[in-house]
Amino acid sequence: MIGGLFIYNHKGEVLISRVYRDDIGRNAVDAFRVNVIHARQQVRSPVTNIARTSFFHIKRSNIWLAAVTKQNVNAAMVFEFLYKMCDVMSAYFGKISEENIKNNFVLIYELLDEILDFGYPQNSETGALKTFITQQGIKGQHQTKEEQSQITSQVTGQIGWRREGIKYRRNELFLDVLESVNLLMSPQGQVLSAHVSGRVVMKSYLSGMPECKFGMNDKIVIDKQGKGGTTDDPGKSELGGSGKQSIAIDDCTFHQCVRLSKFDSERSISFIPPDGEYELMRYRTTKDIILPFRVIPLVREVGRTKLEVKVVIKSNFKPSLLAQKIEVRIPTPLNTSGVQVICMKGKAKYKASENAIVWKIKRMAGMKESQISAEIELLPTNDKKKWARPPISMNFEVPFAPSGLKVRYLKVFESKLNYSDHDVIKWVRYIGRSGIYETRC
Amino acid sequence: MTDSKYFTTTKKGEIFELKAELNSDKKEKKKEAVKKVIASMTVGKDVSALFPDVVNCMQTDNLELKKLVYLYLMNYAKSQPDMAIMAVNTFVKDCEDPNPLIRALAVRTMGCIRVDKITEYLCEPLRKCLKDEDPYVRKTAAVCVAKLHDINAQLVEDQGFLDTLKDLISDSNPMVVANAVAALSEIAESHPNSNLLDLNPQTINKLLTALNECTEWGQIFILDCLANYMPCDDRESQSICERVTPRLSHANSAVVLSAVKVLMKFMEMLPKDLDYYGTLLKKLAPPLVTLLSAEAELQYVALRNINLIVQKRPEILKHEMKVFFVKYNDPIYVKLEKLDIMIRLASQANIAQVLAELKEYATEVDVDFVRKAVRAIGRCAIKVEQSAERCVSTLLDLIQTKVNYVVQEAIVVIKDIFRKYPNKYESVIATLCENLDSLDEPEARAAMIWIVGEYAERIDNADELLESFLEGFHDESAQVQLQLLTAIVKLFLKKPTETQELVQQVLSLATQDSDNPDLRDRGYIYWRLLSTDPVAAKEVVLAEKPLISEETDLIEPTLLEELICHIGTLASVYHKPPSAFVEGSRGVQHKRLPARAVITLVKRTGLSGSNMGAGLGVAPAAMPASLGGAPAVGGGLGDLFDLGGGVGMPTGSYVAPKTVWLLAIKAKGLEISGTFARRGGIIQMDLSLTNKAMSVMTDFAVQFNRNSFGLAPAGPMQVLTPLSPNQTIDVSLPLSMSGPVMKMEPLNNLQVAVKNNIDVFYFSCQYPLSLLFVEDGRFYRQVFLATWKDIPNDSEAQFQIKDIHLNSDVASNKLQGSNIFTIAKRTVEGQDMLYQSIKLTNGIWVLAEMRIQTGNPNYTCTVPRIVYASLLHSQ
Repeated sequence: MIGGLFIYNHKGEVLISRVYRDDIGRNAVDAFRVNVIHARQQVRSPVTNIARTSFFHIKRSNIWLAAVTKQNVNAAMVFEFLYKMCDVMSAYFGKISEENIKNNFVLIYELLDEILDFGYPQNSETGALKTFITQQGIKGQHQTKEEQSQITSQVTGQIGWRREGIKYRRNELFLDVLESVNLLMSPQGQVLSAHVSGRVVMKSYLSGMPECKFGMNDKIVIDKQGKGGTTDDPGKSELGGSGKQSIAIDDCTFHQCVRLSKFDSERSISFIPPDGEYELMRYRTTKDIILPFRVIPLVREVGRTKLEVKVVIKSNFKPSLLAQKIEVRIPTPLNTSGVQVICMKGKAKYKASENAIVWKIKRMAGMKESQISAEIELLPTNDKKKWARPPISMNFEVPFAPSGLKVRYLKVFESKLNYSDHDVIKWVRYIGRSGIYETRC
Repeated sequence: MTDSKYFTTTKKGEIFELKAELNSDKKEKKKEAVKKVIASMTVGKDVSALFPDVVNCMQTDNLELKKLVYLYLMNYAKSQPDMAIMAVNTFVKDCEDPNPLIRALAVRTMGCIRVDKITEYLCEPLRKCLKDEDPYVRKTAAVCVAKLHDINAQLVEDQGFLDTLKDLISDSNPMVVANAVAALSEIAESHPNSNLLDLNPQTINKLLTALNECTEWGQIFILDCLANYMPCDDRESQSICERVTPRLSHANSAVVLSAVKVLMKFMEMLPKDLDYYGTLLKKLAPPLVTLLSAEAELQYVALRNINLIVQKRPEILKHEMKVFFVKYNDPIYVKLEKLDIMIRLASQANIAQVLAELKEYATEVDVDFVRKAVRAIGRCAIKVEQSAERCVSTLLDLIQTKVNYVVQEAIVVIKDIFRKYPNKYESVIATLCENLDSLDEPEARAAMIWIVGEYAERIDNADELLESFLEGFHDESAQVQLQLLTAIVKLFLKKPTETQELVQQVLSLATQDSDNPDLRDRGYIYWRLLSTDPVAAKEVVLAEKPLISEETDLIEPTLLEELICHIGTLASVYHKPPSAFVEGSRGVQHKRLPARAVITLVKRTGLSGSNMGAGLGVAPAAMPASLGGAPAVGGGLGDLFDLGGGVGMPTGSYVAPKTVWLLAIKAKGLEISGTFARRGGIIQMDLSLTNKAMSVMTDFAVQFNRNSFGLAPAGPMQVLTPLSPNQTIDVSLPLSMSGPVMKMEPLNNLQVAVKNNIDVFYFSCQYPLSLLFVEDGRFYRQVFLATWKDIPNDSEAQFQIKDIHLNSDVASNKLQGSNIFTIAKRTVEGQDMLYQSIKLTNGIWVLAEMRIQTGNPNYTCTVPRIVYASLLHSQ
């Protein structure tokens, strides 16, 4: 298991050091600094073995988090734990920075003591942790016996992510379908690979211990219902269930509140949600993706010292919808001396420090097209190596789900309290963003 | 209030000042001081001098202060064991506190204080906490047992904590169960042979129930523990698989990977023709692909594991090539791993896409990545024959870029392509020669020289080219020197007239001026060959070379199996067994995949042994128990080795001494002893008939009952003269394999009836299975590896042969005498591994792997894999 956990700043100074196992000595702290943080070359692996000691590291801005072990630990678990550790810290004090870590070092030690015991990760749900580890000292002294046992039963209980006795005057929930659409396209416009990775993020402000059921236009479910010919299709009555067609989901993963065996057997998504914001599910689709933009590049080398670049972007969605925050990034060679740009829409600038022309458009409706052309002057070089021509990348945000996913319903049942599904106010929002959206040129 | 100020005090009299503050009356000041101490501790300053002062702050009702003091204690108790005792009282008191959080905190911290004297005081509180009413305290106490075991294992056993821990597996709280499982697994690891984690269907059921209810981390502990279980049959393993598959949808990648491990392992036991087996295979692909959308570090772990999974079960991901395409922004470690997997998945169906990608990668910035991409193109050419031409032209395009390391890498792989497809792509040689000057890496130079030597007759200026290398002969690396020597000798043999001078020059350089023994030896051999018999030299030097295989970088099968058992762990990231990087007793245990259920094996044998089919069909379930259970073969092998006088005569199979089969008292005076032999491809039964009766015996005849391999007498038994009393005659009875087949128990049992003028007598005897090994049992070398790889899932048996004092070559020679053929041999970590094949009379192939550790007196550890391959037989 994890033998020790260290946090360093960018210079390699230790901010937090917690050793859990006897086989990890103080010299491990230095070994990592010398061999990884101070190593000149690029880090070639997130797992490093130095003198029979294994170091796992991740970086958040310029902070290094390293877990150390001498055993054959579950590597996936160690990384998952490090990410979780970051989540917990952010939930407590915001951004993970040197300043914040130093300001909260007592708290961090307290957290590390709680969520990692002898190197074994323990309950690390912030909802539960915040009930007994607080920034303003410990409540411990003032708690009643009932409160104490409520805390412990929640931390160890089956529903470790939610506490009892939550009350809201207004029962409300927000569902965000956040998708990132990824594309790799050849210069000829052939889709080399495309997939959507989506997340359903839920903000729940619900009283009591509500039992929820979530439904979407999953092809497997719809097909099953179609065959069965059931009359009381829940899709009709509920939120935004207008889209008839269904989508094929390649794979999905769920927050630990979702009953996985139920999903496996019935493909229904039922759960008792954590309070506040959390990620209900992630999914991935590859079929019938709506690619919101198409990039058509044209690069011409005019002699040895000049390049002509022309890029057309076409928006491919309903004209009534508006895409926002559009940014096209056209890489330029390292020996670029000057660039002249003309674009029909938005603003374009050559950024020498980033070796790219950055073209920004605030808004663009569907079924439109726009064009940029640039002349790039090059310094003559005798560098034999050809310019690698990195792909043209794009960023944007669209108000629909490129996968075609639709929320059909989210039902809330709370039998003990007197509110019903109809009393809950529900909001759904779809946002499609570019993930890695690249066209080779 | 910010705490960062504690990091900034660097005055000299600091310790002294802190001491004063720690002893202050004001609570706030005390707390501040302790914080400062902890901050100094973090940055590595020695604040152990403050030990008594800090411990004095321990008795407080302020929980935050208490936790800080505990933190200090954990760090320094070991260096101040005597003073650490001072803290014991407080711990014991805290373990009785009404607040469960404080009880748990005390027991958690006590376990971290690694002082022998303290552990004694720990036992009582720990015992109470293990039975605490609050699950939070119990789950903390469970881990504490593992801590205590790490300090003093004996104490834990004596105090009976292990039993209490085992009881906790049945606890009502899932988190207590999970921690108990984690603690037990850890303790069990340091006692490899103990039966600590006594996993049986009941406990497994409890674990599977807890699996649905506990935290993500607990699920990992439970799944990792489940993976060590061996289900008793395929039905049990299917039902576990069914209950584990829902975990594949968990958001935590580690839960997913641990579930994959359990499934990959238990799948081994499922019959391949089971519907569920196919379903399971299909279910595995999507979660594996999803892992690739996790954070980069997790992607890396996932990819290293996928690399193993693809080698073990290529069918799972064969349609998922695209997801392994490299993204421009991927970290380099992700890129390199993806590339590896792409090559493994390359096939005729997707080769066009793969090549287009690889060509793209070859223009990237990172040198290692580009090199690997170029190398990958070469490997595609070798792997997918149809793509070879396209690969070669892609490589030529890359050579035109003139980027130095790209050119060199391309030349190295083109050499391999020439080896694989001789006389096909020589047209490119001219282009290669143009780049001769730019080659500065030994590997590339050696490759180029090899090409020139190999195709010397088609390169007009081959002599000039090679001569140009010769100038700096002594500055070259050994690899280049050896290659240059061989190339020039080849050239000389092809164009003797013009190159006499050159060859003399290189021979003298190699033999006289070099201190590299390999080079000198090779030089002398060539020299003598050339001077004594040029024709023989030609035959040796220009001999046709064995083809190279595409699968050169596969992980050795037994290691692969072990790594599959370690999916998700560091071992699977390093691709090394835990023993290679873990110290001490942990990780020494080698894990293995379970053997496939017996029933499948029968079905496959039934298919393959055509003349056996009918017989086997009768009693399928029992049949392989004896054949698959290798002792029958193993015993035979042992005998073969034991052959004392056979060292000098490697040919001819082993014949056991005759044993008495039929006792005279049971057969009215006829005694029969005998043995079996295989001579020149004919199986013979050697019999000695002795007449111990008073009267003469005549009219001998023999008959066999139906038997497993259809053995039958090829002709009548030739006993020409009557057998007088007290006379013995020896008879050899040739046998054929054309008799009726029936499964026998044991498999090699033979029931014989002998008749004479007095009566009919029955006896049974057992023939060595080696009798059935035929002379043409040499498996095709090229197919061996592929077949081997195909089959490990099917059946495997392992046994040891003891006390064999032979080295691997002698052993292999000796076995060949009995028609056990060594197909390949390699040496891994001081072990010789012999890969062998045997063909039985009924067309069944047996593939085996034998490991021989040199110098081990007891000495052979043999790991044969018995495999029934219908493959060749059906062709």
